[in-house]
Amino acid sequence: MKDKTNMTGASILWECLEREGVKTVFGYPGGAILPAYDALKGSKIHHILVRHEQGATHMADGYARASGQVGVAVATSGPGATNMVTGIATAMLDSSPIVCITGQVGSKLIGSDAFQETDITGVTLPITKHNYLVTHASEVARTIREAFYVARSGRPGPVLVDITKDAQQTTCEFDWEAAKPQLPGYRPDLSPAPKEYEQALELIHNSKRPVILAGHGIIISGAMNEVREFAERAGIPVALTLLGIGAFPASHPLNLGMMGMHGEAWVNHTIQEADLLLAFGMRFDDRVTGNLKTYASNAKKIHIEIDPAEINKNVKVDVPLVGDLREVLHELLPKVETIDRSEWLDSIDKLKGDAAVRDIQNLPDSGHLYAAHVINDLWRETRDRETVVVTDVGQHQMWEAQYYKHEKARSLITSGGLGTMGFALPAAIGVKVARPEAEVWVVVGDGGFQMTLCELATIVQEKLKVNIAIINNGFLGMVRQWQEFFYERNYAATPLLNPDFAKLGEAYGIRSMTVTERSQVVPSVQAAREHDGPVLINFRVEQEDTVYPMVAAGASLHEMIRRPSKIVETAEDE
Amino acid sequence: MLNTYVVYVENKPGVLTRVASLFRRRAFNIDSLTVGRTEKPEVSRMTITVEADHDQARRIEANLYKLVNVLLVENITKQPAIIRDLAMIKVAATHEARSHVLELASVFRARVVDVAPDSLTIEITGAEDKIDGLLEVLRPYGVLEMVRTGIVAMRRGKSSATASNAATDEDVAAEDVSHSV
Repeated sequence: MKDKTNMTGASILWECLEREGVKTVFGYPGGAILPAYDALKGSKIHHILVRHEQGATHMADGYARASGQVGVAVATSGPGATNMVTGIATAMLDSSPIVCITGQVGSKLIGSDAFQETDITGVTLPITKHNYLVTHASEVARTIREAFYVARSGRPGPVLVDITKDAQQTTCEFDWEAAKPQLPGYRPDLSPAPKEYEQALELIHNSKRPVILAGHGIIISGAMNEVREFAERAGIPVALTLLGIGAFPASHPLNLGMMGMHGEAWVNHTIQEADLLLAFGMRFDDRVTGNLKTYASNAKKIHIEIDPAEINKNVKVDVPLVGDLREVLHELLPKVETIDRSEWLDSIDKLKGDAAVRDIQNLPDSGHLYAAHVINDLWRETRDRETVVVTDVGQHQMWEAQYYKHEKARSLITSGGLGTMGFALPAAIGVKVARPEAEVWVVVGDGGFQMTLCELATIVQEKLKVNIAIINNGFLGMVRQWQEFFYERNYAATPLLNPDFAKLGEAYGIRSMTVTERSQVVPSVQAAREHDGPVLINFRVEQEDTVYPMVAAGASLHEMIRRPSKIVETAEDE
Repeated sequence: MLNTYVVYVENKPGVLTRVASLFRRRAFNIDSLTVGRTEKPEVSRMTITVEADHDQARRIEANLYKLVNVLLVENITKQPAIIRDLAMIKVAATHEARSHVLELASVFRARVVDVAPDSLTIEITGAEDKIDGLLEVLRPYGVLEMVRTGIVAMRRGKSSATASNAATDEDVAAEDVSHSV
């Protein structure tokens, strides 16, 4: 091997990435990162040229979420680095392990406002798990090893490594073994005290109306089987956060569905009536709790969470179990007693009430195309395959969460915490690269699609089979919905004059079609699947459709705006 | 209440910014922050005071631990500790006031470190309330200028989990973390 040989910082960089298991990086070259690009030719790593550095970070993020492995994005200094900021913040809020490598001006020029100089470690300080400025070739190896270790361990997150041009150019002795991480203050492996386990078990066994709140931590920890075994053994129903979707099978009898602002009414009512919440790898985001003063006020709370800083942040908990979810559940499982909770489960069934009748999916085909139809038909057509749906942010995202029934972890990739429009298209590229055997569908609004549509070119250049479903309602739909409810239908700056997306797709060399009727949805999905290249479908859906139910920001979780039954009747009349 | 933390960090560039940025980002207002060297060259020591209730205080501790360069955090608010602030106070002291000011300084065991025709500069070390007290009695004479270092603090008696342990003995430190929850 190349151990203990003299190498440039740039060569050491690629060598270390290879040794960390990296097969693909997403990047965009520029002056300060050119030495690294020059050294790329000696590496086995495949470089995917993006069209905007934001795209590179979302691709790395999508790669990480789809595979559980660290995703890597590369950019130059200054504008290249600042373009990564949105993607880094997205990965930070959703605990996604990515490593971003940026070029920096020469170490002697730092602080001189040199061409394309930005203090990117300063800029990204609050939105990275950790970051580094590397000014010597001799620091490259250890820094890369530390960056990967920090990114993927504990609560994962983005790490940025800023490498000066001279650190890439100069040579030094490369010794992988000697470059072990030195992180005396970093302790990602915490575990609860025995006393805390006992307290948790006591609460679980004494509870009559418990609910599991299943979050992203289950997927990150790989605790899907443990959660399922726990829920089945203890007879406890499971409510999911947006990022928890897939952590527990949608078809499982104990699965309630998504909670929170656009969760099903019965799920939110169940949480409000519970006497015990078991929060598994979730962080009581304001979008799932509603008004904290009235949130599950009769419930004791057990919080299993790897990040101690999340304990008692939003919701005061009775028993915190700080540690890796899978390990904590392994500890708890043998001691969990089977308790008959059929009374509680029956009462939840009753809460479902007339929700199914109001469901838009049950309306007869009146010639109108609703987003819910598209997503539900997409689900029916793709459910039997290994399908990954990547969504953007807004109404279509919520409809996807409601109408696409996810059975497996990592089958929905979406920006939750930061709510980053423009995420879906680039993230899907990362997903497809990580899991080429999977069928990848982008579900994206007409607003978000136009934020990062330049990456269509990346899809074509890399010959990736990515299917794109644009849910096109000619509005920034979720903002329009808020204007409808809370701003007296003053649709300020929400109507969109769009290009013909099908023509646009064709211009990129992507097979494209437009669908305006419900009956065309299934044939278009089938046609997309049969085509062996990327496909874009422009679904022209109802313009002023609304996501129901909805908990208004700041309202109590049980105070939902429901789909008016009038609409159901009107639609049936038509 | 005012919480006092002793924070051991790696002596590396930018660590102070990381700590300060954390308080800013989580909207906690630092009352005072001092940083300096320790008995180990690779470890720096901060004393931070911040207004926080019980739950906030624990979250601050947990958030400090999330910083990769932070080695050990001790909340010594309720621990027996030696707490010292240092102030230099420049007082207007014309001929007739001069002896009064000197007398007051001596009552407070403060030292005169500079004498000018119309002013005296007094150095005082002690707990914050002692310095506040001196300041109060000097005010009528005219305080021209004042600077305080902010407190430094150290637990009394044998140190249990020191910075040297933190840097080398991971088990001790890890235990401390789980107790912090």
